[in-house]
Amino acid sequence: MTRITVMVDGVSYVDDVEARTLLVYYLREKLGKIGTVVGCDTSNCGACTVHLNGRSVKSCSIFAIQADGSEITTIEGLARDGQLHPMQQAFHDNHALQCGFCTPGMIMQAIDLLGDDPDPDEQKVREGLEGNLCRCTGYQNIVRAVLDAAQKMKPAASAPNEMSARQPSTVAGGGN
Amino acid sequence: MTTTAQPASAEFGRARKRKEDARLITGRTRWTDNITLPGMLHLAMVRSPFASATITGIDIEAAKQLPGVIAVYTGADLDAEQSGLPCVFPINADATPPRHVSIASDTVRFAGEIVAVVVARNAAAARDAADAIQVGYDPLEPVLDMEAALTDSTVVHPDYGSNKWAFFTLDSATAGTGGNADEAIASAEADPDSIVVKRRFRQQRLIPAFMEPRSIVVDPTGEQLTMWSSTQVPHIVKTMTALCLGLPEHKIRVIAPDVGGGFGGKLQVIPEEFLSVLVARRMGKPMKWTETRSESMVSGHHGRDQIQDITISAKKDGTVTALKGELTADMGAYLGLLSPACPPFGGFILPAIYKIPAYKFTCTDVFTNKTWTDAYRGAGRPEATFAIERIMDELAVELGRDPLELREQNWIQNDEFPYTNAAGLIYDSGNYEAATARAKELFDYDGLRAEQRRLREANDPTQLGIGISTYTEVCGLAPSRLLGALGASAGGWEHASIRMLATGKVEVVTGTSPHGQGHETAWSQLIAHKLGVPFEDVEVLHGDTQSSSKGLDTYGSRSLVVGGIAVVNAADKVIEKARKVAAHLLECSEQDLQFHNGKFIIKGTDRSTTIQEVAFATFTSHNFPEGMEPSLDSDATFDPENFSFPHGTHFCAAEVDTETGSLKIRSYVCVDDVGTVVNPLIVEGQIHGGLAQGIAQALFEEAVHDESGTLVTGTLADYLVPSAADLPSFTTDRTVTPATSNPLGVKGVGEAGTIASTPAVVNAVLDAVRHLGVTNIDMPCSPQRVWRAVQSARGAVKSTSEHATEAAAGGGLGSIDAQQGGVE
Repeated sequence: MTRITVMVDGVSYVDDVEARTLLVYYLREKLGKIGTVVGCDTSNCGACTVHLNGRSVKSCSIFAIQADGSEITTIEGLARDGQLHPMQQAFHDNHALQCGFCTPGMIMQAIDLLGDDPDPDEQKVREGLEGNLCRCTGYQNIVRAVLDAAQKMKPAASAPNEMSARQPSTVAGGGN
Repeated sequence: MTTTAQPASAEFGRARKRKEDARLITGRTRWTDNITLPGMLHLAMVRSPFASATITGIDIEAAKQLPGVIAVYTGADLDAEQSGLPCVFPINADATPPRHVSIASDTVRFAGEIVAVVVARNAAAARDAADAIQVGYDPLEPVLDMEAALTDSTVVHPDYGSNKWAFFTLDSATAGTGGNADEAIASAEADPDSIVVKRRFRQQRLIPAFMEPRSIVVDPTGEQLTMWSSTQVPHIVKTMTALCLGLPEHKIRVIAPDVGGGFGGKLQVIPEEFLSVLVARRMGKPMKWTETRSESMVSGHHGRDQIQDITISAKKDGTVTALKGELTADMGAYLGLLSPACPPFGGFILPAIYKIPAYKFTCTDVFTNKTWTDAYRGAGRPEATFAIERIMDELAVELGRDPLELREQNWIQNDEFPYTNAAGLIYDSGNYEAATARAKELFDYDGLRAEQRRLREANDPTQLGIGISTYTEVCGLAPSRLLGALGASAGGWEHASIRMLATGKVEVVTGTSPHGQGHETAWSQLIAHKLGVPFEDVEVLHGDTQSSSKGLDTYGSRSLVVGGIAVVNAADKVIEKARKVAAHLLECSEQDLQFHNGKFIIKGTDRSTTIQEVAFATFTSHNFPEGMEPSLDSDATFDPENFSFPHGTHFCAAEVDTETGSLKIRSYVCVDDVGTVVNPLIVEGQIHGGLAQGIAQALFEEAVHDESGTLVTGTLADYLVPSAADLPSFTTDRTVTPATSNPLGVKGVGEAGTIASTPAVVNAVLDAVRHLGVTNIDMPCSPQRVWRAVQSARGAVKSTSEHATEAAAGGGLGSIDAQQGGVE
């Protein structure tokens, strides 16, 4: 067992974890962050995508101990004070989900994508979501949602609300 | 255009955003794997790596010593209780299906079959222990090829004695729906003014690949045994658990909470459900099993996997005179819930939208040592649609005709409905001309044909192909009478209840079990439309056999056309009861009342009462009509008279790089007619997703087994579920020809996109390279296969060998090329 300290969705946790425990299982089983899901065992589907220090990662592809000292945002930490993140709102507005299983990962990846490129074209969005599989939607409305969110998240629009009050440097998808 | 009462209200036809989304976009989800119960233990399955073997021994001792391991069970422990898994549509009435065990005791028949179950304190410990179990196998020669299997040199089920399970026939001559196809084809062969075209098409094996891996929680601690399962069919699971395992039906409750996709892949009663029940019951503790993706790929049922021998005859002027389809269908090692029926189901729709004077269809269901096949989005109809739409293109090529013109010449005209097709189905309505005209316009058919000519003349390395699919399909399962006549063990009705709450809010209980389809939204719209209550005031309850006691669940594009109509019919009964109460309250006669937008109004006056007021008056019952039961609650069970027949026209333009084989869908246009529409947003989403899965069959996906029967596409790295980067944007539109078989005029939409799109894409790919001498490319049309086809055709020009123009089958997956036996 190794002791780790992590900040998840704005709450600090200290836990002893097995070295082999993947971050996604730590989030789900230890912290009850069941909004983040497991869709495969080969890091192909992206359903488990979360933000680690502001960048998207597939939480099935790193160990919990590797996240020691990190700040993690999951789908459950995006909405603030009852206000949806613009990407969540865009997914709803554009019917970008059906069964919803891929949605948490898709939304987290989409936010990261806009961090890299705030004004992508359709092709860039498609390429940016390549690591996240959806079986229901054919992606068309997901792409539409991301483009819609990009418009609404432009500097003139209101700022994305994943920004942590404590650590403003870890802006969602912003990188550095 | 056929007419029915066209529903009109602010809700019907409105692009409502979905109610379901609020939870799903915030992670507030209830997937089965999210459930944790006090004292819950975890299961892991040990699976056979061999496709065919005798079990010589199972050593569980080392596993049992591992920390946290509570118990290990093998077939020897559970066989006496496990009975067999159900097949409710065996097709072969003369035999009993071979026993479909949940856990093997002495023989394994496919790689992935369960041989032991571990119970441990957590999932990781259970999996560690599963790895520590030593199973001795004596491998046998597996039967993997369908046609070789039919020689019966080795049989999968020695007790049954043959690999041939069922032989199904449809013949228009004996059914009275047409002439004798064999005779018509024979005379066409002898007639210089006729033509006969024969082709063999291969429907590759597919994997449904729903995103949520299957998961089960069983709690045996209450009076009722409660099972949560990631299933499309909680009601069927409940009934079958009672029938097969002998549990009293009233002691079982099955819940399908949030379910992450199904596509037919969760239309099953699975070994793990029965094993979870058996183990939970033995131990008296709640149990959870959640599969890994790799387990899902190898043990969840597969789909398609057919050989189709198709013969069509026509006059030289293009008039089709006969159609014959001979199918060989791989069942895999066992018969699942609907396995034997899926391929024959396609036989009813193989005549498609065409007037076929003579028709014959046969299907041979075959056992092999592979994962069993069963329903996958479309279940028989995508295969049939592929066959007819491909052979129409082949006929057009042979006759030198434009493929669209040839279709038009043979299709059923819009003034010929209702039309009895050659297989005996009665198409209630349709307008193929309208859908095609709209699609042509959106696609710029003529412009693309001109561009295609230019590219061919220029001998451009990039060639353009245009693919067409003018489909219809049969869905909305129901009708019970017809299903019974076809040999199904169950009917196809659907049930709904409406509970009018004291405050005027409404609970709707539906027997459908959505897993992404948006029933909570659409059913709320139906109730708001009928009862005039606010959309937000409706709660839709589903997927729990305790609240929804009657239902037949969600599959076969049935939910709206059967279950939605039950909702509407129940609402009509509520209105009739409420009318009596309203008349009593307003002191008028029922006949004087008009019900509109949630209000009972005395005609010609401004006196009225709302349905909410009536609901509260019913709750208090202080002032209530004499002799009337104080309740507005109503139930309805709907069993339609006929199936539902959506149709449409799909066009695909594909660019093929003839030097590399890579291809790109430049545009995809579809105009579908799914009747009247409750929520166009949801309908469009269903079409998009359907297209993606149909295109995936055409271009990407294939379950490949090696020569020992091991699935070599057993992960999402090898089995190519397309990503956003692999798919184009679709142009979709609709025409509306209302169905006449239900009061709303609605048709099914869940499977249409998948059914239609596969042949449109393959026809486009072939159309791009046909002038180079390519005559066929097996699916998936991977760049490798396309490249080989072009190379081989170019070589064939020199050798003049006809068969060399057939594209060499190639693994489209970048892993293993099954036919060539090489690693790419």
